[in-house]
Amino acid sequence: MKDTTHTGSAVIEARNLDLTFQTGDGPVHALRDVNLTINKGDFVSFIGPSGCGKTTFLRCIAALEHPTGGTLTVNGLTPDEARMKRAYGYVFQAAGLYPWRTIAGNVKLPLEIMGFSKADQQARVDRVLDLVELSGFGGKFPWQLSGGMQQRASIARALAFDADILLMDEPFGALDEIVRDRLNEEVLKLWARTGKTIGFVTHSIPEAVYLSTKIVVMSPRPGRITDVIDSPLPKERPLDIRDSREFIEIAHRVREGLRAGHQDD
Amino acid sequence: MSWLIGATLFWLAAWALNVRLAASRFGATRAGRITVAALFGITLLVLWEGLVRGFAVSPIILPGPSVIGPKIASSLPILWADFVQTVIKGALTGFAIGALAAFAAAIAIDRSPFLQKGLLPIGNFVSALPIVGLAPVLVMWFGFDWQSKAAVVVVMVFFPLLVNMVAGLQATDRLHRDLMATYSATYTQRLLKLRLPAAMPFFFNGLKIAATLALIGAIVAEFFGSPIVGMGFRISTEVGKLGLDMVWATIAVAALSGSALYGLIALIESRVTFWHPSQRK
Repeated sequence: MKDTTHTGSAVIEARNLDLTFQTGDGPVHALRDVNLTINKGDFVSFIGPSGCGKTTFLRCIAALEHPTGGTLTVNGLTPDEARMKRAYGYVFQAAGLYPWRTIAGNVKLPLEIMGFSKADQQARVDRVLDLVELSGFGGKFPWQLSGGMQQRASIARALAFDADILLMDEPFGALDEIVRDRLNEEVLKLWARTGKTIGFVTHSIPEAVYLSTKIVVMSPRPGRITDVIDSPLPKERPLDIRDSREFIEIAHRVREGLRAGHQDD
Repeated sequence: MSWLIGATLFWLAAWALNVRLAASRFGATRAGRITVAALFGITLLVLWEGLVRGFAVSPIILPGPSVIGPKIASSLPILWADFVQTVIKGALTGFAIGALAAFAAAIAIDRSPFLQKGLLPIGNFVSALPIVGLAPVLVMWFGFDWQSKAAVVVVMVFFPLLVNMVAGLQATDRLHRDLMATYSATYTQRLLKLRLPAAMPFFFNGLKIAATLALIGAIVAEFFGSPIVGMGFRISTEVGKLGLDMVWATIAVAALSGSALYGLIALIESRVTFWHPSQRK
């Protein structure tokens, strides 16, 4: 239905995806009949109220949850196979840095596990810490840094092994507005520089509109997609683009989509 | 009477001095803190001596520090031999074996639900056996020398360490585990890079509890048969000879060794788990 299939370059494809959790209170339909195509280089935001399945969908892509129906492919493979091939980096809601490792040690963690050479590890750590503007903090421990810096370190960790897909689950949800604006700008720069495909979960409308080339509006009970908006905004986006007419129009459409989803309750 | 008054005056004076020292700038320094603590310790000894003399307490009931101190000084070779026999050979050997065994068993239990159901209850059962019943049996099995004492210590320290370590291995954040999943990390990688580090605060808690248990076990086990050396042997025979000064000298050595062992473990803990909120500086 609300499917926007482009030619050839699909990276993530969901067809009639269903996921039902069996709980003590009976089945919970976390996702129902989700159809979506994400193309190479897209910046896709998932927005919706709590319980709409946006995080669950991202976790399905990462093979952290397993759908109970439909098909889901990542780079043409199943999510499990794609994970084995290190297809994606995942940024969680909290930074989730290991407190016994330094910042550099944390960024190095995936590289150690994936068996990169020692010299390569160091070079990559230096490069991604520079990318998130944390050079010079590699020797610090996570608890010595602010929340925003910790989250930047966790982004560096997800970037370290150079996966083509970056999945971000409300990465800035716990940060204040000012830090969030700054990190949003940085993510956009990062995306422009690396050309990665990004899946980004948020419940902030301005954040979704500011960042995305494609906005997926979802609604709860059961979790489903109610609208997919292709953003007409240019790739180059200064912060004050948020005062432009186009931006406000898209934000309005997202809000309408969210409201429509709620009226179904 | 003068002893009582003198001791009380000393106590009050030392108290006043300590209050002033602790509030002063010197009290915030390392040397200041040590001085305050040392003064407190000396005050306790002076009070003890004053009370024992003032009330003319029989040395059988409670000898004063002035009796115990010289006894320690004149019996150093005996006390040292007892220390080596009981603490080094009995307690520390048993402690090391018990700790390694508990560490390995915890990993095995964590890996296999079968062992989880089987081994934990057995460990629980063994730990519930009364040590005074088990010690004579172990002396029968392993002989009078330190080996049987080490065996008693192993039995005593194994279970608290096992329970702590098993809990520690399960004490990882879901987020940290998900992260390992997204890297497709193997079991060994998860164990070495996530679960063992996360378990360390628990393991060291167990070690600190086990350190005092080890000393108690090694001393008590000697009551049920030992060669003519060892702290437990010394206490039981000297009590029979009414040599209470020697009993107290041995108690002093035991208390010092126990505190030293605990302190050593706490020091290693602060190095290994420096990242834990309870250890951060």
